[in-house]
Amino acid sequence: MADTAGTSKETRSRKSFLDTLEVDTRLLGMIGAFVVLCLVFNVFTDGRFLTPRNVFNLSIQTVSVALMATGMVFIIVTRHIDLSVGSLLATCSAVMAMTQTVVTPDWLGLGLNNPLTAPIALIVGLICGAAIGAFNGWLVGYLTIPAFIVTLGGLLVWRNVAWYLTNGQTIGPLDANFRLLGGINGTMGETGSWIVGVVALVAALLALVSARRSKKAHNFPVKPLWAEVVLGLLIAVVILGFVALLNAYQIPENRLERMFEARGETMPEGYSEGYGIPYSVLLLIFVAVVMTIVARKTRLGRYIFATGGNPDAAELSGVNTRLLTVKVFALMGFLCALAAAVASARLTFHSNDIGTLDELRVIAAAVIGGTALAGGIGTIYGAILGALIMQSLQSGMAMVGVDAPFQNIVVGAVLVLAVLIDILYRKRTGAK
Amino acid sequence: MVDRSGTPLVELRDISIAFGGIKAVDHVSVDLYPGEVVGLLGHNGAGKSTLIKCLSGAYKQDTGDVFINGERATINNPRDARGYNIETIYQTLALADNLDAASNLFLGREITTPLGLVDESRMEAETRKVMGRLNPNFRKFNAPVSALSGGQRQSVAIARAVYFNARILIMDEPTAALGPQETEMVAELIAELKKQGLGIFLIDHDVHQVKRLCDRAAVMKNGELVGTVEVDKVSTDDILAMIIAGKKPDHLAA
Repeated sequence: MADTAGTSKETRSRKSFLDTLEVDTRLLGMIGAFVVLCLVFNVFTDGRFLTPRNVFNLSIQTVSVALMATGMVFIIVTRHIDLSVGSLLATCSAVMAMTQTVVTPDWLGLGLNNPLTAPIALIVGLICGAAIGAFNGWLVGYLTIPAFIVTLGGLLVWRNVAWYLTNGQTIGPLDANFRLLGGINGTMGETGSWIVGVVALVAALLALVSARRSKKAHNFPVKPLWAEVVLGLLIAVVILGFVALLNAYQIPENRLERMFEARGETMPEGYSEGYGIPYSVLLLIFVAVVMTIVARKTRLGRYIFATGGNPDAAELSGVNTRLLTVKVFALMGFLCALAAAVASARLTFHSNDIGTLDELRVIAAAVIGGTALAGGIGTIYGAILGALIMQSLQSGMAMVGVDAPFQNIVVGAVLVLAVLIDILYRKRTGAK
Repeated sequence: MVDRSGTPLVELRDISIAFGGIKAVDHVSVDLYPGEVVGLLGHNGAGKSTLIKCLSGAYKQDTGDVFINGERATINNPRDARGYNIETIYQTLALADNLDAASNLFLGREITTPLGLVDESRMEAETRKVMGRLNPNFRKFNAPVSALSGGQRQSVAIARAVYFNARILIMDEPTAALGPQETEMVAELIAELKKQGLGIFLIDHDVHQVKRLCDRAAVMKNGELVGTVEVDKVSTDDILAMIIAGKKPDHLAA
């Protein structure tokens, strides 16, 4: 490395330390920026920003946008854009709300809060989202209308389809089981959270071990054992630390009392219980893992990235790029429906303006997360981290008491700045 | 000498294709025998690449037929062409710049584990094997192709064509971006593949190279075939005359 020749010995050894760990330096930069952001807000809010309660709220507020951002990565990687995700979310939310408040209780005669209601509503919503997404993809892939135009039209169309479906009314309250997806209304409790945390940790470590083994089996160079151990320890700290933090957020006493009353028991004296991992966050983690596997380990993911890198090459290599476009947009629609379920469950009702401006948040999250609009480059974890940064910025400023117009000005400026930093970073590292 | 008594490996019969009234290829017939290298020559826009794209599946001819081993073949897209063991090295190389060598080599034909997931380690191991043969100096297995030199990129494109047991190889100006040493490497490779009984269509601008590497040369001008000649029986000047003037040398015209 010629460019490190002049620098001091210390920085060189640190560089080689990072190299040995084989961690993504770009990811490290994002995590660094995020940590700094959190610490600054924590100082300005007199320590209220990094409380278990606020971390819990931040994570459930991020889920909806983060879910869609994972899909947006694939869309942008294939050199398309989807401006209709917020409106699509509204349509899916409206469909699910109407299904559980009108279709199942009245038309099917299942009544209110039937155990079948939530699954039926969810399945109908997901099918609806995937179908609309596939339709968008067909317009883009087969009829070759630019995605920008298709989804700009869709932004208007689906927002108002949602309006039409509900006559513009707020639909609620939603089904009790459905509301479990919303966050605070559905958490795993302390024991369940620890179990999930340990299972996740074991899975992550097994993945590390099997990756190393597979490399060794083919005689590829592997990183030293200590580097693997450090990486494993880091993963353990992050996973278990996150669980501990969410478990530390205590359910208020009167709410606990009501929970015991509902079960016909009385609460023991001095009893306390933490919230633990919300189901919506668990869903996001699950989606993130699945989407990462799709991106890296499946043919579909390979073709998505190859098409983004060079559409002609992909086509000449026998990839059906038109069908691929339909699949990518259908996946986006499916994730919009999932996000719609989480968003409406969190509010406990469907409102006419649900998901407004989400398309901008989702695209911003993906772009801040390192997805290149030129196509071919992007990561799922980056997009989720991007969503988290955006949400932290927004709610952190609200907690500090920044005026509403300034909040939006800052968020907009940060988006542009993040892309500029990304461009400079890519230029310096020589990556494309 | 190439044995041309059997059925040709490929026969392009009376191929025509037009783009918006302009006849890019006009009733052209060319054939190719096993173990033979046929050079396609002509000016830019003469229709060489267009003709060959009908065989590789990138275009579909308007009229005319493609015969493989004497049987009529239907080639509607690049996937069909691969099904007939036709591999193409495009002038643009057709590589996805953001992916590494192994991903490009196996693009569209990934090795998967029993679970249906892409087996990256095995693909990399296979890539190392084939590159060890083609270009032993190649080391950058984990870098995106955009970080490679012209010659290295070319060897990835060639490896992709050779790895999957091609019977028919189409090379569109394979040495255009290469230095002398790498050009020599490609020449050796062509000789090696010829020995193995592959049929090769070589599109090239360099008349000397065609004379050295090919058995026959087919010259095109303005979408029409000027003629097909055995390179040993003509001089470079004869071939140049065919390219520029569009007429066959006098001693062969009869």
